[in-house]
Amino acid sequence: MLTLTCPYCGIAACETELAPGGEAHLKRFGPGSSDDDFEGYLFLRPNVKGVHFERWRHAMGCGKWFLAARCTATLEVFGTYSAQTPEPTAEIIAAIRAKRPDWSLT
Amino acid sequence: MRRYSAFAIAREAMRHHSGWDRAWRSPAPKARYDAIIVGAGGHGLATAYYLGKNHGIRNVAVIEKGWLGGGNTGRNTTIIRSNYLQDPSAAIYEKARSLYETLSQDLNYNIMFSPRGVMMLAQTEHEIRGYQRTAHANALQGVATEYISPRRVKELCPIINIDGPRYPVLGALWQPRGGTARHDAVAWGYARACSDMGMDIIQQTEVTGVRREGGRVVGVDTTRGTIACDKLGIVVAGHSGVMAERAGFRLPIESVALQALVSEPIKPVMDVVVMANTVHGYMSQSDKGEMVIGGGADGYNNYTQRGSFHHVEETVRALVETFPMISRLKMLRWWGGIVDMTGDRSPIISKTPVDGVFVNCGWGTGGFKAIPGSGWAMAELMAKGQSPLADAFSLDRFREGRFIDESVAAGVAH
Ligand SMILES: Cc1cc2nc3c(=O)[nH]c(=O)nc-3n(C[C@H](O)[C@H](O)[C@H](O)COP(=O)(O)OP(=O)(O)OC[C@H]3O[C@@H](n4cnc5c(N)ncnc54)[C@H](O)[C@@H]3O)c2cc1C
Ligand SMILES: [Zn+2]
Repeated sequence: MLTLTCPYCGIAACETELAPGGEAHLKRFGPGSSDDDFEGYLFLRPNVKGVHFERWRHAMGCGKWFLAARCTATLEVFGTYSAQTPEPTAEIIAAIRAKRPDWSLT
Repeated sequence: MRRYSAFAIAREAMRHHSGWDRAWRSPAPKARYDAIIVGAGGHGLATAYYLGKNHGIRNVAVIEKGWLGGGNTGRNTTIIRSNYLQDPSAAIYEKARSLYETLSQDLNYNIMFSPRGVMMLAQTEHEIRGYQRTAHANALQGVATEYISPRRVKELCPIINIDGPRYPVLGALWQPRGGTARHDAVAWGYARACSDMGMDIIQQTEVTGVRREGGRVVGVDTTRGTIACDKLGIVVAGHSGVMAERAGFRLPIESVALQALVSEPIKPVMDVVVMANTVHGYMSQSDKGEMVIGGGADGYNNYTQRGSFHHVEETVRALVETFPMISRLKMLRWWGGIVDMTGDRSPIISKTPVDGVFVNCGWGTGGFKAIPGSGWAMAELMAKGQSPLADAFSLDRFREGRFIDESVAAGVAH
């Protein structure tokens, strides 16, 4: 069972208490952008086997959205962090590097 | 290849079964093939088979990182039906279903196709309307389905509880020629027929890179060296994103875990497949007597081929309410597969941004039923550059907003 700690209320919540929300840090493209950018934003996903940044909502708890870094191949959780950041924070990158020295943000 | 027959069984019985051939060869890879298929699941093997049978392309290799049929093809709950809503879906799923009818004879391999009938229960007003609409659409598409009453549901499946307190059965969409088949046998039968045509099935070999020159594929890197090819078919289901990355493009796909479980074997109690989409569970009985049970997919990206316990609880809870008599059955085995989900819940059979590279993926939770039709269409696309069955399923439908929305038809994972 997957357990993530909500960065807002500090509760270690199991997956039944959480709602998954897909990939995090998508760059939004709106009206006026090129077809390529719009398609990429709406549909195309790296779908990585490895370190994945993703959105979760503490649905049965405080109700807030937060972000998590997790390995999709092992389910190892590297950490969770606030949704108010457009890119992975220095702390979360350090937490991932501590466990995966070869990994780099692409 | 020695053909299988009643006579062959009698002959071998007389000589201690010493005369059976290996079902397929395990050759070392050649330096070059006309076409390489990555992934020896049902879809990859069927693609190779129809490349040879329908288009005369036989210098073909199917490369598999594990063992053939060890992916979702060997992990699914084997439901076969074609009662989808949209025309392109009905066309390809019904093509597949009709090929299944004679596949044992065609491959000379008993795939145990059992058209025992599939019913999808309507348990809300919304589902009644949805399934009646599908039944009308199917009539126009030439797919034999019918909307049936709760009484008929009870006649066809006496162990069902039609007046459950929360979600009574209000009717069902019934496809009498839907059913099940033996999943491993489908992979094995195609593999044997491919090998017999001279194709190479190369197991325990991972494709690690796609070699390109001037925007065109020229070969693949594998864990057993580089192999040249003119055309490449990527048919790797859950690993489609990983392979696309190696070929230099992205797909509108996310991979999640889907799980299933089977009970201890019991005497025959049901001879139809029942799917209950509202409560999220479905069940059929295998020829061995096990109750085969499936439920919903996880909502987050996952490559672990493991299930999560709370999903089992949810599925079993729903089925115990629908079939009270199973409440004391012991569960024997439980497993997961990694399914490739698209946003509109329809597959992709398409050319790609790389010349000569084709993809067949996105079958998600419901591609076992499609194997023969998908292989048929994919082979035609790879051989001729175009296939009427595949056209609507091209990659550019996302860009162009031409979705083939089957999220209702595939409400539960199957
Ligand atoms: C629990 C469960 C229940 C299901 N129930 C049903 C059902 O009732 N009815 C139905 O119609 N469908 C069902 N499905 C869906 C169905 O199983 C799949 O859609 C179908 O089997 C996909 O077949 P495939 O050949 O595309 O993929 P797979 O059988 O997964 O084959 C892909 C192969 O590619 C190989 N591969 C991956 N990457 C590489 C690489 N780099 N190099 C070489 N090889 C590689 C893998 O090892 C694998 O063997 C279910 C799925 C699951 C998991
Ligand atoms: Zn919280």
